[in-house]
Amino acid sequence: MTEKKPDFATLAVHAGSSPDPVTGARVTPIYQTTSYVFDDADHAAQLFNLQTFGNIYTRLTNPTTAVLEERIATLEGGRAGVACASGHAAQLIAFHALMEEGDEFIASTRLYGGSITQFGQTFAKMGWKVIWADPDDPENFRRAMTDRVKAVFIEGLANPGGVVTDIEAIADIAHEHHVPLIVDNTLATPYLCNPLQWGADIVIHSATKFIGGHGNSMGGIIIDGGRFDWSADDRYPTLSAPNPSYHGLRFHETFGDFGFAMACRALGLRDLGPALSPFNAFLILTGSETLPLRMEKHCANALKVAEFLRQDERVAWVSYAGLTDSPYYGLAQKYLPRGAGSIFTFGLKGGYEAGTELVARVNLFSHLANIGDVRSLIIHPASTTHRQLSEEQQIAAGAGPDVIRLSIGIEGADDLIADLDQAMG
Amino acid sequence: MNHDSYSDSYIAGILRDCRTIAMVGASANWNRPSFFAMKYLQGKGYRVIPVNPGQAGNEILGETVYAGLKDIPVPVDMVDCFRKAEAIPAICADAIDIGARVLWMQLGVRNMDAARQAEAAGLKVVMDRCPKIEYGRLSGELGWIGVNRGILSAKKRPLL
Repeated sequence: MTEKKPDFATLAVHAGSSPDPVTGARVTPIYQTTSYVFDDADHAAQLFNLQTFGNIYTRLTNPTTAVLEERIATLEGGRAGVACASGHAAQLIAFHALMEEGDEFIASTRLYGGSITQFGQTFAKMGWKVIWADPDDPENFRRAMTDRVKAVFIEGLANPGGVVTDIEAIADIAHEHHVPLIVDNTLATPYLCNPLQWGADIVIHSATKFIGGHGNSMGGIIIDGGRFDWSADDRYPTLSAPNPSYHGLRFHETFGDFGFAMACRALGLRDLGPALSPFNAFLILTGSETLPLRMEKHCANALKVAEFLRQDERVAWVSYAGLTDSPYYGLAQKYLPRGAGSIFTFGLKGGYEAGTELVARVNLFSHLANIGDVRSLIIHPASTTHRQLSEEQQIAAGAGPDVIRLSIGIEGADDLIADLDQAMG
Repeated sequence: MNHDSYSDSYIAGILRDCRTIAMVGASANWNRPSFFAMKYLQGKGYRVIPVNPGQAGNEILGETVYAGLKDIPVPVDMVDCFRKAEAIPAICADAIDIGARVLWMQLGVRNMDAARQAEAAGLKVVMDRCPKIEYGRLSGELGWIGVNRGILSAKKRPLL
């Protein structure tokens, strides 16, 4: 009775968004409302107790946002999605459901600089301790395990670029210790990689990047893979124990394989508050419909630009996992067979000085702190995105002083190459 | 019968055909899943008859509670089991005896022997699912909380 799984491109257009049953509106409407009327007091009470399905307040659910949540959950092969105001908010909400004060988690050293700061400094203020592990050797995660570790966090294709993490090997180590693996899949997108298929339990996205794709809306999303047994022991009380704020409801027992997503929503979004704006949800949803088309072009352009740079005598090195001489080429073939993404780094022989001159001279590349836009972007991470890190942390994260990061857009590749060529002087 | 994956039409057919559901293990506690699943299904037009020996003779949500399936004085279409897997064979035998057409085991509950026995007697079987969640999934309501319903449709009308 199993039917053929629809193609990714079909899911990207249709998942979550049937026509409006009342008006027939084909495109998902923007439900720009804060709140929703109740049928009566009993209906309201049932909604507040999570005993029936329905909307109360846009901080918790919104019909436009819900379509985006279901869309991305489907594209990732997950059970449910929870959208947040940003990728950082998504990380906060996900960890809030897993961690108690004094708990620990292991995170890869190869992360977006903002995540390194969020984990190392802001999470520490909540009593959540991060233990860093270099993902180039997955055994580092085994060595870092403690009894208080509640999660493992990695980026599959890591920012600022060129590094691919061995998701399956790290998932196995996490599961040996009965902790979930969380993968930030922002740079790969579900089109290039589905971490759940390789053993991840939770996927996080900054939807601000490729999923929205047009650089116009902040957004984040958490995907619940639906497979982790939160009730196997008492280490995840937020999910398995009676919740006093819902009169003793147990999230995992009540909602089964989307219990984690419901806890993120009904506790994290409710109490910490970073809901996604319905208008942003609409823009990101529209972007998601063309995700496969854009990713094909992003990846093809990135490979052309990376090959140009590798052959250029002004360039010292290029770190792009799609190049055959990359140390991550093998992992890229395994996890990213459709392309190694469009974000990567390189350095000029002229070092820091030549790099900053290049950033000043480019014309089509926009100098800004974002990635995953249809427009090509350029930045010097050490002075910007990874600015809060020590030089040692910057180098460990692949963002040393001479590093230039590119986010290749969907323009004509030849025009991008010509722009870099003239800017390198 | 593959009990790892049910087609939407199989589940929708069951939820469309059945009108009277005996809920074994129904709780009188307003904050237990069986209580609010019962309430939800009542709201969708089903008659739900609670079965719970400890509550026999009392009422839950306006319906008399019976000690066992065989005590129910009206025909039952579906038996929904809020009980652990070990309790299912006895419930299955009673479900066959009273002429139920569907044996449904709740989220987390699977018993292959009982499933085979029920199927041999002509009953349809669903395991490890919740009829409330399935109703919500096929009617579209589950999408309101961002759950992947596994449904693609360009039709206005939902499956339920």
